Amino acid sequence: MAVPLVLCLTLLFPLIAQLLARPIAARVDPRWATWLLTGVAVALAATSGAALTLVALAAVIKVPLIAQLGRWSPAIIDRGDPTSTVVAIIAGILLGTALTAVVRFAVRRGQALVEAFRHARGLPGRGQLVVTRDATADAYTVPGRPGRIVVSAGMLDTLDDAGRAALLAHERAHLVGRHYAFTSVARLAAAANPLLRPVADAVEYTVERWADERAAQAVGDRRLVAETIARAAIAAKHHDARRAPAAALGAVFAWIGAPRFVPKHSRRPAVRAAGPVPRRVAALLAPPLGRRWILQAAVAVIAIIAGLCALDAAHDLHELLESASYVPHH
Amino acid sequence: MLPAAGSDGVPRRARGALEAAIMDVLWRAQGPLSPGEVRDLLGTCADAEARALSYSTVVTILTRLHGKKMLARTRVGRSFQYAPLADAAGLEARRLSALLDGSADRAAVLSRFVADLSDSDEELLRRLLGPTSSVDDARR
Repeated sequence: MAVPLVLCLTLLFPLIAQLLARPIAARVDPRWATWLLTGVAVALAATSGAALTLVALAAVIKVPLIAQLGRWSPAIIDRGDPTSTVVAIIAGILLGTALTAVVRFAVRRGQALVEAFRHARGLPGRGQLVVTRDATADAYTVPGRPGRIVVSAGMLDTLDDAGRAALLAHERAHLVGRHYAFTSVARLAAAANPLLRPVADAVEYTVERWADERAAQAVGDRRLVAETIARAAIAAKHHDARRAPAAALGAVFAWIGAPRFVPKHSRRPAVRAAGPVPRRVAALLAPPLGRRWILQAAVAVIAIIAGLCALDAAHDLHELLESASYVPHH
Repeated sequence: MLPAAGSDGVPRRARGALEAAIMDVLWRAQGPLSPGEVRDLLGTCADAEARALSYSTVVTILTRLHGKKMLARTRVGRSFQYAPLADAAGLEARRLSALLDGSADRAAVLSRFVADLSDSDEELLRRLLGPTSSVDDARR
């Protein structure tokens, strides 16, 4: 397998996907973006793994003992496969590292999920919603069969009825859509090839956006969902503002001092650099996103090309082995 | 080199597990416990790291749990006694959080409604929603 092709599969394609992940997360309808980015992450992790495997395999069959066992001619293999031993050893080490990382991640995430499922069963009551007496504002879903939604009294106090409906619709969307599966699979791919980490980050963001859009559909008001998110995030941050009056005052002054009118062109770059909460709010305040076929096609094409390259390389290795076996034996 | 440690010298990764072990002891106790009693009861627990905790580390973790509003603290003589501060639902939920805090996978496994907010994020939110919004009531 040619070295430039290996570099494309292990480095270039994941890097391109990395660059496209954030625009896709920001501009494509979140449900489509989640499926697409998860799929691309898996495809690119698989093809980069396949590239390393093929390079390492090509070296392994050159080992005289193994060549003898397979009845292949080392001379023909040597002529047909130009990969140097050094490259093959590097590929082997990278492959070993990637496999170890994948197994370690799978075990750790698996344990965390088992723990979550157990606790979804262990939470009191039979209903989907569990309200804790906790005064801090907090809300999250616990995946399970069935999954549960945990909301603190502090969070319920922060929101009015419409806001509570939006919050519950958001959390239900996580459970119904099994969003933990998308984020876990994307993270697994990123464990195999660390260059895919930004793609996994994007998936973690798009599942939140997916749940936000579902909530907006359920309550029929995008601005309401945006305000609920903002209110909940600010309440969660300032749950003990009373204890730190100086910090609270500082924030109030910042608020008074902030310009009331922000021209559009200066607002957008700020949002792009911001954390997930303001980005979610900004997305809800803007009109719903479309499918953006061109953007989607761009990243899908990368995954397809990677798949075809890997297949072609596997085919080449297969052919090489076939031709090497035709050498008559004495 | 030691693994990344917090300001209190307890390795960050171990914290979640140690907090969970201490919460476990307090949940099983009949009443409030002093740090010394917590330390003694930890001696019977399965986690080797928790068994090896020093008195001062137990005090540190109890103080932190109190700061997180997971424990109530009452002064008895010259020291404090601690008791869990949650009902059954809160208890199970807190326990889960404490357990998963130790593994970095918590954020991904439990999907939180809102992620942590930086100061600049907060200001941005106010700007996005405009002066007519009522998000400030949330600050009460």
